[in-house]
Amino acid sequence: MTNTIEELVVTAEKLGCRISTLVKEQEAKSKGCTEEELFLKMKSYLEVMKQAANKGVQSEIRSISGITGGEGKKLWGARSKALSGEIIAKAAARAMAVSNVNASMGRIVAAPTAGSCGIVPGAVLTVGEILLKTDDEVVDSLFTAAAVGRIIALNATLAGAEGGCQAECGAASAMAAAAIVELAGGSPRQTSHAVAIALKAVMGLVCDPVAGLVEVPCVKRNAMGAAEAILAADLALAGIESVIPADEVISAMKEVGRMMSDKLKETAMGGVAATPTGKKLSEKIRNF
Amino acid sequence: MDIFDIIGPVMIGPSSSHTAGAVRLGNLARKILGEEPKKAKIILFNSFARTGRGHGTDKAVIAGLLGFTPDEERIKTAFEEARRRGLAYQLFTGEIDESLHPNTVTFELEGTSKKTQVTGCSIGGGRVKVTAIDGFDVEFSGGYPTIITVHKDRPGIVASVTAHLAHEGINIAQMRVSRKKRGQEALMVIETDDKLPETIKEVLENIKDIHRVITFSE
Repeated sequence: MTNTIEELVVTAEKLGCRISTLVKEQEAKSKGCTEEELFLKMKSYLEVMKQAANKGVQSEIRSISGITGGEGKKLWGARSKALSGEIIAKAAARAMAVSNVNASMGRIVAAPTAGSCGIVPGAVLTVGEILLKTDDEVVDSLFTAAAVGRIIALNATLAGAEGGCQAECGAASAMAAAAIVELAGGSPRQTSHAVAIALKAVMGLVCDPVAGLVEVPCVKRNAMGAAEAILAADLALAGIESVIPADEVISAMKEVGRMMSDKLKETAMGGVAATPTGKKLSEKIRNF
Repeated sequence: MDIFDIIGPVMIGPSSSHTAGAVRLGNLARKILGEEPKKAKIILFNSFARTGRGHGTDKAVIAGLLGFTPDEERIKTAFEEARRRGLAYQLFTGEIDESLHPNTVTFELEGTSKKTQVTGCSIGGGRVKVTAIDGFDVEFSGGYPTIITVHKDRPGIVASVTAHLAHEGINIAQMRVSRKKRGQEALMVIETDDKLPETIKEVLENIKDIHRVITFSE
């Protein structure tokens, strides 16, 4: 098992293989199962991701509290006119669609958490579609994403309560960026640059859910996270390097999370949760 | 750390601790009762009560009592399912209690022939912990094959149970004994690495001074 991004990249370079190939091999060995078994499980997760994304772009899904809903469908409907381009609009729409399904008590895959569950499917499904990749290739790229997420979990955290939103949506964005670089045929080294670029963009992002619910600002942050993942991958694929290595960025993220006030870590006491509108909504929801 | 803990699990949203964890706690309470619950009084504490309702915690605990798994879409309609299956439930909000974990729930359950009271908490990422059964302090996750005995507090009971496990080649991962008062009733929780044979419940029930045995696997 690899404990740093550097180790992951160097090992894949040495073997001349993709990161996902390495991850599947290591994982099968450590679990004592076949790579095929791992692959099929991940493939079933991809199916759940697709179902959630489709459901949320096709119909207006409202949350239990009623404060969010239908965002995925709305942007999907406007995708052809999107100034940011159809790829970004589709990815962001799917990300919000999955988030909508989550907030409505629908079935999703935590990636890495439920609050950030739209980013990886939104970005990865869309890039896979644009690049005409097979499902199997997309499944492979999810192993790369998961490996990156695991290294962030080991060396920092994936919990908003510990590290703020940078640990949830930030990590999801880095994971998605890594998967996209691999799907687009980038090198393992470029993958690490994409991870670093994605994480740096949201360094210090606070976790400030209104009424403590995974809705405001979470649904729209999933959209932004998916868009950011694609752009981070584009930068890396263009040969732009992160001056700060990915592992150092991850350590910095951990430290920033530690320095962050508890009010900004999922307690609904700071950020947009503490605004007059946030508080009013929270009061209303508590009494519903 | 499992790669499928990073991408995964498949779950019903919106929250791993407030929804998926709540289903798991309901599942455990059902297993501890050991039969179909007919009456349930559920008390949600702290964050489980405050934020939980918006995260479907109320539906999730009922779904758990009905035996649904955290990835089943019918969690959303747990109230209707409960009525259909004849489970009479009442949900209450407990007083804010700082000494309890933020996501704590107490179940008071009645089946056709059994009764139990179970308290547990959801500790993050869908993982849970049972903290009390019928007034005895316990601590276990339900992630292992589990044996619970209620027995008379006297020398030799623990030894006869563990001797039997040794005989069956079952390795104990964790165990804990607690009692309310010396010489009265005690409760023991054993979590094992190995699968439990079906006969084990009956064998342990036949040991003198063991009043009740509960066994379950994940």
